[in-house]
Amino acid sequence: MNTSLLIWIILFPLLGALLNGGFYLYHIKIQKVPEMLFSIIGTLFPFLAFVFTLILFMQMQENASVYSQHLFMWLDIEKLTIPMALLGDNLSIFMSLFVTFVGTLIHLYAVAYMKDDEGFGKFFAYFNLFLASMLLLVLADNPIILFIGWEGVGVCSYLLISFYYKDKANVVAGNKAFLVNRVGDLGFLLGVITLFFALNQTGISFGSMQENIGLASQPLLVLSGILLFVGAMGKSAQIPLYTWLPDAMLGPTPISALIHAATMVTAGVYMVARFHFLYESIPNVGLFIAYIGAFSALFAAIIATRQTDIKKILAYSTMSQLGYMFIAVGLGLYSSGLFHVFTHAFFKAMLFMGAGGLILAIHHEQDIFELGKHRKRLPIISVTFLIGVIAISGIPPFAGFFSKDAILAGAFGGGHYLIWLMGLFTAFLTAFYMFRLYFILFVAPSQSDREQHKTPWSIGVPLFVLAIGAVFAGFINLPAIFGGEHHVDTWLTQLGSHAHHMSHATEYFLIFMSVAVALGGMFVAYKRYANYDFSKRETEEGLIYNKFYVDEVYDAIFVKNTQRLSAFFSDVIDNKIIDATLMGLSRSFVAFGRGLTFLQNANVRYYAFYMLMGMSAISYYVYMKLQGV
Amino acid sequence: MTTLLGYGTIAIILFSIGVVGVVARRNIFVIYMSIELMLNAVNLLLVVFSKLHQDMDGQIIAMMIIAIAAAEAAIFLTVMILLFRSKGSLDSNLFIKLKPEINR
Repeated sequence: MNTSLLIWIILFPLLGALLNGGFYLYHIKIQKVPEMLFSIIGTLFPFLAFVFTLILFMQMQENASVYSQHLFMWLDIEKLTIPMALLGDNLSIFMSLFVTFVGTLIHLYAVAYMKDDEGFGKFFAYFNLFLASMLLLVLADNPIILFIGWEGVGVCSYLLISFYYKDKANVVAGNKAFLVNRVGDLGFLLGVITLFFALNQTGISFGSMQENIGLASQPLLVLSGILLFVGAMGKSAQIPLYTWLPDAMLGPTPISALIHAATMVTAGVYMVARFHFLYESIPNVGLFIAYIGAFSALFAAIIATRQTDIKKILAYSTMSQLGYMFIAVGLGLYSSGLFHVFTHAFFKAMLFMGAGGLILAIHHEQDIFELGKHRKRLPIISVTFLIGVIAISGIPPFAGFFSKDAILAGAFGGGHYLIWLMGLFTAFLTAFYMFRLYFILFVAPSQSDREQHKTPWSIGVPLFVLAIGAVFAGFINLPAIFGGEHHVDTWLTQLGSHAHHMSHATEYFLIFMSVAVALGGMFVAYKRYANYDFSKRETEEGLIYNKFYVDEVYDAIFVKNTQRLSAFFSDVIDNKIIDATLMGLSRSFVAFGRGLTFLQNANVRYYAFYMLMGMSAISYYVYMKLQGV
Repeated sequence: MTTLLGYGTIAIILFSIGVVGVVARRNIFVIYMSIELMLNAVNLLLVVFSKLHQDMDGQIIAMMIIAIAAAEAAIFLTVMILLFRSKGSLDSNLFIKLKPEINR
């Protein structure tokens, strides 16, 4: 009975997507359907998925079993057998638990955010599909099924980012997200194929790969490890494939919340944790991942300090936090990494929801200085936003502190001091730019009339729930010195995370350092922005404001050259060679035909002449034949 | 054999004149005369061969051809009168009616 629940976790959102899609078609083609119906379908099905996940989670706690469900054989070609199978082990259930939970809350939030939108039904259809894809990704039993979810997530992000397709910028951003993800997808696919052949084609499921990992030669493992990580770079927006993430902010805010908190970007981290047996055997690649993560974290944090678009700041902060997660999984601290994914889901979803609420209240303005200038009284949003900011900055006892500290402590304990320093500096910058955001948005003096703005309940409730999560989620995995229990670490023992035992003094020192930099960042932000004068803006120039010109460099190197190549193919190969040949052929046939029409000119005398020619030819032929005999 | 060569040559010359007349001349009347010329060339050959083989079949066919040509002449003249009435001329180029109307 319990195994059959697994598929329903995916089927519920999928069903929701189909129903919403169907009703939306009915809505636009035949008869208006009330928004209520869409919102009920759209939020009920993710909620059901959450309930089912919760039931499974409860059962697993009792009997500590692993669920797998074989649905049908998808492909069976000699040694390559790909069953459509799902795997519900501790890792995937843990992941899907908060994906469905946060996902449901974001769906609820979207009901208010997308109110009276033309494409309300379409939005929820995509949204449910997004969640279904993510759950398929999480619950997949083999990398191929995972890849279906992986691609599904990519498609849905494309559809949602360019949701307002009438504006060209949105479509361009959607295309960019999709194309940059394609680069990563190719890496992922190649990585899976390499791994499959490296293991002598012994099987494609995660279980059999883990058993047979010893069969493969080291270089092939390294190759597949790096290729798989390229996939993770694309999905999880790490250097160098991160440029799509800030641009993805053009979509409606609930999408940003969903992409950043529950789905999509965490897929890369999850995938690396899923392949922990592979990265276990190639620690150097793991180190490489950790360094990429550290650089991404630092890089994104630096950029975020000067951005002015509220959602872009949050986007860069996501990238930065993802960097932390990759530091963790790269160094083999899988449970810490996933713990950070978990806490991050809460406060990032909350921050995005708060940002969305602000944007709604102040007429779709996204510039933080404008938002601050025309401030309104938004008690719920301002309080929850503050909680989110504190949580992400890593100030105890909020959730972000524990998970971030676990990662930094792990890096320090493992002797990777450079990574630790980078992480620490990133933490400082994080606190700085998040509090900069907060001070500008809510604190700096502004002359606006401060009217009260009512926050709809379906925005308020998710914010409230997530705020509880952001405050208390950290307590489920307390560090040893606080005497807490490592619920997450224990739950994810299967991953074999590295644990470094440090003296209490070191741990206190590390915690002190983390808190000190967070408070330092907060203090600097307070000094500079708490009494910010809105009459003079920050200068909008410089290297950091322009994001280190990475977009421009990519544009010059990849986009321009690709365009040039396609222009070459279009103008020279297609027009001058292929078209010219084909058109030349057809023209010559036409010309030949024109020439022949001269013969058939309807003049009887000519026909008589042809007849004569024919008869002469036949006579001559017969004559020659007779001669020959 | 010399008689055959002589008569044959005359027949071929007559026939060729007829062919050239049909192809080259535009006047329908002359075309008709050229056709008759070709018929007569054939008649001549038939008679010659008949004489040569001591067999009357060829001469009988020649007589029939002359009879049919006479009937044909009656029809042809009628047709020519009608053609002349319709166009006021007997130029064969005026009667190109087989050509489909194609815009080019």
